[in-house]
Amino acid sequence: MSNLREDLSTFEIAEDLGLKKDEYEQICSLMGRIPNIHEISIFSAMWSEHCSYKSSKKWLKTLPTKGEVVIHGPGENAGAIDIGDGKAAIFKIESHNHPSFIEPYQGAATGVGGILRDIFTMGARPVALLNALRFGSIENNKTKYLLEGVVSGIGGYSNCIGIPTIGGETNFDKSYDGNILVNAMAIGITEKDKIFLSAARGVGYPLIYVGAKTGRDGIHGASMSSTEFDDKTEEKRPTVQVGDPFTGKLLMEACLELMTTDSVVAIQDMGAAGLTSSAVEMGSKGKLGVKLDLDLVPLREENMSTAEIMLSESQERMLMIIKPDKMDKANSIFKKWNLDIAKIGEITNSQNLEIYKNNILDAQIPITYLVDQAPEYDRDWTTPEKAPKLQIKNAPIKSVSKVIEKLFNSHNLCSRNWIWEQYDTSVMGDTVIPPGQNSGVIRVHGTNKKLCASVDCTPRYVSADPFLGSMQAVCEAYRNIISVGGKPLAITNNLNFGNPEKKEIMGQIIHSIKGISEASLKLNIPVISGNVSLYNETNGKAILPTPVIGAVGAIDENKHSASLSNAFDGNSIFVIGQDNSHTDGWVGQSIYAQEILNIDKDYAPPPVNIEAELVNGNFILKAIAQKLTNCVHDISDGGLAIAISEILLSSKTKGIGAVINKNYNHNSESFWFGEDQGRYLVCTSKNKEIEELAESKKIKITNIATINLSDRLTFSNEDYICISELDVKHKNWFKNFMS
Amino acid sequence: MRVTIITFPGSNCDRDVSVAIKKITGKNPSNIWHQENEVPNCDLIILPGGFSYGDYLRCGAVAAHSPVMKEVKNHAARGGAVLGICNGFQILLEAKLLEGALIRNSGLKFVCKQVALKINKQIHSPFLHHFKQNDIIHLPIAHNEGNYFADSETLKQIEDKGLVALRYHISSDGNSFNPNGSINNIAAILSDNGKVLGMMPHPERYVDNELGGLDGFEFLKSTLEQLS
Repeated sequence: MSNLREDLSTFEIAEDLGLKKDEYEQICSLMGRIPNIHEISIFSAMWSEHCSYKSSKKWLKTLPTKGEVVIHGPGENAGAIDIGDGKAAIFKIESHNHPSFIEPYQGAATGVGGILRDIFTMGARPVALLNALRFGSIENNKTKYLLEGVVSGIGGYSNCIGIPTIGGETNFDKSYDGNILVNAMAIGITEKDKIFLSAARGVGYPLIYVGAKTGRDGIHGASMSSTEFDDKTEEKRPTVQVGDPFTGKLLMEACLELMTTDSVVAIQDMGAAGLTSSAVEMGSKGKLGVKLDLDLVPLREENMSTAEIMLSESQERMLMIIKPDKMDKANSIFKKWNLDIAKIGEITNSQNLEIYKNNILDAQIPITYLVDQAPEYDRDWTTPEKAPKLQIKNAPIKSVSKVIEKLFNSHNLCSRNWIWEQYDTSVMGDTVIPPGQNSGVIRVHGTNKKLCASVDCTPRYVSADPFLGSMQAVCEAYRNIISVGGKPLAITNNLNFGNPEKKEIMGQIIHSIKGISEASLKLNIPVISGNVSLYNETNGKAILPTPVIGAVGAIDENKHSASLSNAFDGNSIFVIGQDNSHTDGWVGQSIYAQEILNIDKDYAPPPVNIEAELVNGNFILKAIAQKLTNCVHDISDGGLAIAISEILLSSKTKGIGAVINKNYNHNSESFWFGEDQGRYLVCTSKNKEIEELAESKKIKITNIATINLSDRLTFSNEDYICISELDVKHKNWFKNFMS
Repeated sequence: MRVTIITFPGSNCDRDVSVAIKKITGKNPSNIWHQENEVPNCDLIILPGGFSYGDYLRCGAVAAHSPVMKEVKNHAARGGAVLGICNGFQILLEAKLLEGALIRNSGLKFVCKQVALKINKQIHSPFLHHFKQNDIIHLPIAHNEGNYFADSETLKQIEDKGLVALRYHISSDGNSFNPNGSINNIAAILSDNGKVLGMMPHPERYVDNELGGLDGFEFLKSTLEQLS
């Protein structure tokens, strides 16, 4: 064994790598010496915001992560829940915001590749993808370029690897002009007792590298993602990884095949900070040491340095510990799939990360310094100011239909079919509800059980009230699951915020986490995984706070489900969660306020009543179970008038229309376009039964409209809109915008 | 009824086809890896959809040279039935078992949606037996390179011989379901003997009402009945 390489670091070097002065001093003091340049590179990656969660960790710990369905909460590659019949659903959402802004196609593609690896690392076959996208203003010239690149990047990876995309959301706001958000969620399914974890076991066991070769792409990606952007962002292009979905597919199949052979002791994918974080993660979780010989790492390029090999974020790579007597098996499987497999080190009982190159010890760091001793900041924060309640005259509205038309014929509420058609939504042969409805729904392969999933956030609410807005995001995801007949089981979250070193941003983060906690706890949908993306700022301007919630629910075998498209002639449309006394809706932070009243100041968003959410949600599930309805829609963006229109636009019945019942002549703008929470629409022919059920459960209910075949949504003799014409506008806005 | 499904590296509809065949016949088809030099004796070989070899070089170009393709060609030469779906269609073209080429969609984007297709039944083929001329069926498509093209001479021959099996439907009000710019709205073509079919739509995805429809089920079921 050789002595440790000298090449001592300096603070200047550390600073270039993103470490702060006090952090560098802390490292020197922990090590009891000045770390060399390789060691400081490794510290810089592991102590980056991206890997260490140093600004958010204190608060993330307060999220409710336990529940009867939870098998693995946060901390693993992804969370796992029990979905019955011996099966587990594994899911997580993850951001690839910074890379996607710099290089939209590759950034988005590798975002998908990365989240899929998190799922199959745990032994689950990925079965569905969703994505939550945020772009800048539609007037910004760069928006189309970024949107085009991100969508084709997501499609490029997911279509090729053959996983259906079943849902998502896309919004525009000028605050994302310099920092788009690309959050990808993946769901996988496996046997409950066959989940693979990353904790190292077996001193002396070989550490195996599999997958693609290591190149110079994505070096310092983790550090890049932990800083703000400025005018020189373009120069960061080389820090973006390049994805290869074909290799990703081979790697997925090879890993899943190997996992059936009782060979894998532990497995960890190489994501942010590459080999460094995967090796450290395995050692840390298993409380063991890891010895690496970099001369054995399969390389794509020549003369790569220790830091380059350790920090490369080349895609489609995995690190495994394999039972020594199963190496032949592993070799033959990876050879079949034409992938590299190499022993690059072994597990030791030293609890150190030891890195050798050319037989020289380039780094020797106690793993605990990299993980447990990484900083955890209690950053200063301020309580977000309470936005005032928006007072409007609430004048009778001349034409509800004109507003409907305007909102559907705009970026706010137009159909996103231009996006979805670029994703394979039906591969794997289990997609029951593709994107564009309340939730995506897939069958659990080989059974009649179904999983449903939705991603949601309304950043304009969160911006005005981080606590309430984040509660609302959880509630909306919950309602979307309920609307298809699913029992909401658990959530994952992607917290996208600005610079946490600013007090007001830290205040947003904390109050958002509190809001998520409150709703998640009361709705009994624990947070089982998640991701934090901070420093989403350009030249000092932050994005709207965007805590995206991904919810997963289940529809049990033989249970009935519902869809947005099942409205038929003669049905009545009921509002659930609202009765006849309701005449005045909540307009603050609504799309109506933004687009029609042109209010661009923040006002208080609609209040959230969790108890009502629970009661109304349970009522909807009961109504679906009793076959009183199979057509449900939650009322969200744009309020009541928009939700009714959406039911008609989704219907497969030609010439469908509806007439608003006579007693709704008050026609105030807030009534039709207010965004009060906790409400659903149900279509039914069983009016009496549904009203009786509502009465027995003390549910607010009102019969608002009757479906007919007039091809019109009629508010009054003078105020109506032609549905087939609206449909064309709704479908074409996006296409026209992008062409 | 014996069906063999071939998996190439990057195939991603092999399981879906397998599940559909099992649902129809009650029996598991044989699944074989592209490196095999032998194909079990069977009534139908299916080349499933996906991105064999990541669509590198040209879609299907590398897979067309896989060891197993020699046996697929022998099987076709003996008058055996072969069905290529999506990427499988691309492979059949690259392997010269069918004429023409599939190029990038005219919109330059991947397209996934349901399309209406019109049956063109001019020659005897086990794949079309169940249908009447001009029947309309609905199936999903999902591809980047489905824009069928052939030079004018080849195209004339294909049309003269009646080898087009499916066309994207143009409805009476002029609404076109052609999603990719295919010449003559061609969605599927046959070999001269009617035994080799290449199609862009995915019948295996419509074998259940819950998943969008049963037209794929009917198509595959009648084909299998004809071949057994």
